[in-house]
Amino acid sequence: MDPVVTCAPPASASLEVAGLAYAYPDGHQALFGVDLRIDRGERVALLGPNGAGKTTLVLHLNGILTAGAGTVTVAGLPVGKRHMAEIRRKVGIVFQDPDDQLFMPTVREDVAFGPAAAGMRGPELEARVRKALGQVGMEEYADRPPHHLSFGQRRRVAVATVLAMEPEILVLDEPSSNLDPASRRELADILRSLDVTVLMVTHDLPYALELCPRALVLSEGVIAADGPTGDLLADGNLMSSHRLELPFGFDPKSVRGKV
Amino acid sequence: MGAGHAHRLYRHGRSPVHALPPHTKLTAVFCFVVVVVSTPREAMWAFAAYALLLAAVAYAARVPPLFWLKRLLIEVPFVAFALLLPFVAEGERTEVLGMSLSVHGLWGAWNVLAKGTLGVAASVLLAATTDLRELLLGLQRLRLPPLLVQIASFMIRYGDVVTDEMRRMKIARESRGFEARGVRHWGVLAKSAGALFIRSYERGERVHLAMVSRGYAGSMPVIDEVTASRAQWSGALALPLSALAVCLLGWTLS
Amino acid sequence: MHVPDGFINAPVSVAAGAVAAGAVAVSLRGARRELDERTAPLAGLVAAFIFAVQMLNFPVAAGTSGHLLGGALAAILVGPFTGVLCVSVVLLMQGLLFADGGLTALGVNITVMAVVTTVVAYAVFRGLAKVLPRGRRSVTAAAFTAALVSVPAAAAAFTLVYAVGGTTEVSLGKVATAMIGVHVLIGIGEAAITALTVGAVLAVRPDLVHGAHGLTAPFKLRVGGELIDAPATPDTTPAPAAAARSHRKLWAAGLAASLVLAGFVSFYASQDPDGLEKVAHDKGFDKGEKEHGAADSPLADYGVKDITDARLSGGLAGVIGVGVTVVAGSAVFWAVRRRRATDGTDSGPASVTVDTGSAPSTSATASAPTASATAPAENA
Repeated sequence: MDPVVTCAPPASASLEVAGLAYAYPDGHQALFGVDLRIDRGERVALLGPNGAGKTTLVLHLNGILTAGAGTVTVAGLPVGKRHMAEIRRKVGIVFQDPDDQLFMPTVREDVAFGPAAAGMRGPELEARVRKALGQVGMEEYADRPPHHLSFGQRRRVAVATVLAMEPEILVLDEPSSNLDPASRRELADILRSLDVTVLMVTHDLPYALELCPRALVLSEGVIAADGPTGDLLADGNLMSSHRLELPFGFDPKSVRGKV
Repeated sequence: MGAGHAHRLYRHGRSPVHALPPHTKLTAVFCFVVVVVSTPREAMWAFAAYALLLAAVAYAARVPPLFWLKRLLIEVPFVAFALLLPFVAEGERTEVLGMSLSVHGLWGAWNVLAKGTLGVAASVLLAATTDLRELLLGLQRLRLPPLLVQIASFMIRYGDVVTDEMRRMKIARESRGFEARGVRHWGVLAKSAGALFIRSYERGERVHLAMVSRGYAGSMPVIDEVTASRAQWSGALALPLSALAVCLLGWTLS
Repeated sequence: MHVPDGFINAPVSVAAGAVAAGAVAVSLRGARRELDERTAPLAGLVAAFIFAVQMLNFPVAAGTSGHLLGGALAAILVGPFTGVLCVSVVLLMQGLLFADGGLTALGVNITVMAVVTTVVAYAVFRGLAKVLPRGRRSVTAAAFTAALVSVPAAAAAFTLVYAVGGTTEVSLGKVATAMIGVHVLIGIGEAAITALTVGAVLAVRPDLVHGAHGLTAPFKLRVGGELIDAPATPDTTPAPAAAARSHRKLWAAGLAASLVLAGFVSFYASQDPDGLEKVAHDKGFDKGEKEHGAADSPLADYGVKDITDARLSGGLAGVIGVGVTVVAGSAVFWAVRRRRATDGTDSGPASVTVDTGSAPSTSATASAPTASATAPAENA
């Protein structure tokens, strides 16, 4: 077993979700009572087939969707109207489509948006932006409009926009989608170099295994499994009963040592 | 920003006109057009003087004349209207080449043509020398309501994205052998338009989520602000002020 | 369509600018109520959509094609305030980026194309939606009529502006006939496309059509096999159906009576030509065919001819008049009501923001002014 999971004291949970249920206004229910806990410094993958409710769960983490039932707690703070600004600073969500995430006219302004919304100005803001862009290796693109960047570059800038807020937990929604192998590799290197709690929502199983020691399986609106990523992926019955499939020729046991 | 589809008019350059702060340019062009519009139409020489002033600015901005003139084509529908005026206007009539034309109409046509053309020419110069981003900063500096500037900013940011989606839908329709040829195909096109609306609206919702996730609470943080020195202001305002001099002369002489 | 500089004289341009600024200011507040803090991104994306869809060509016949103006569509899909804002921003950007429409004429352009089109379309749409039985087909039909009326209404508004501030004296009869006649035909195209598009959105995401709000039911959550009530979210609260229904008959009678009255009265009144129409008669329609031969050519790309029937255009003007009256009446009532509402409330800003998010208060303010607008319309 991974020592990080078992030894962390209970007080340092980055994220705690208990009994979370939610239905959309059109009546479609997406979550049926989700329980999970992620400790500080962990990198956890949230696996699940299309339509399992992954994105819906993510939107509860910073209070964009309000729980129909249950609670979400971030670093000890309950998600709710009272602490909303604080919660949104602590939970950095990188959305699936970087075009949605990058809404400002230039890269620099986009990265500055989060800290500026929190009231930061002047040289301090400038330094924060430079640092965040440096972490993803995109400093020289600061004055470009986002739609002139390649898809991989846009994804990296999207990560920087969130890093600029220095979040407690970084939540990535399908970070590897639409990336070519080189961009995938670059993003993985960036994510591994960061010293922050990561929740990575994906159905890209090799990517999860490569980056996250622990994984959760979300299926039909509940957490169906929780354990070391390698063990879960090696459990053929579990995988197939939740519509999770490894790519052809991929053997999770062969890469276990890498994590 | 040369590749932006939404801004075909902008020409990248390093001229003194490009370097002026955007709000001074916006003010200058607006005042210039106001002066032009308030000039009496009988002072024909005044309009020639305005044209020369604009030509001087275009020369300073290194905007090639051909590029500039091509953009004036946008006026064509109203040129057609102007040419009609002598035929339909009221009042005393005169014979030109065997046609009965209204004197009022002739003046009216001249008035619309001269002022309209100068207005378009001035706007083209502004658009050719001011980057989209700067234009928005200029509007913001001129105290346009912030919400309006934000809407404009989002429209420009996503104009290309939405237009691209529309183009992809067209390609998808054509790859399946569909080509709209008449009214009976409107249903299909309207379905595309409906789908485009849904996509745009949903993207708007997702953008809002992304904004809220980074602490947006209804007002946009001011990240950049443009400022102008006294010299820059006087440089920009040279155009409308000289035009004003011409205009005043026009009123006193006519 | 965009009016260039020099077409309308300076004082009227300034006045139109003031009207446009006022309308935009009202819309900015109204849009915040329609979309709350999502206004900027949503209105921005809808503006981008309007901008894009104006480039979508609808072929009419051999070689000619038309495109959507979008005012009515915007009003029905996202509501009148957001609609006005979106079309205004599109016009502003077209003026600044493409030199399309004069800068001094921006006020006229916004007033005519953004404000009149959107507001008339929405008033007609709401009116019909109240009268017609509930259902998708009614929404589509109302959208068709709203777009059909909105385009000639804009033409009429332009004629009015031209009458006050046109730089060339042309007989108003001619301007009105040409403008409104042409635009009735353009309006038919606009109406067909708008109705089809609204229908297409309605089939997939009825919840996105502002004009079709209030057709959803409350729902339940299932947790571990048990059903619990979901907390009310802004989108889900059903509109007060009972209140709407009680007003419906009144609405139907009022609107129908005034439309019929205005249409028929002006239809027959125009048998007896008075001042304005006499000019048109003397100058126009007998020998006018020849003069209009020239008038046809620049408009040929619309594939239309003038409406030369004075009775028809008179009747049409009457119908538009009713539309304008309804709008004016609603505006006055709305202003009065708002004032009373602000006088009445003494709750803090925090609770105000909460209130605006909930559907009952918004739908109440939306239905109430339109319902009572029948009074001025009937008087007219």
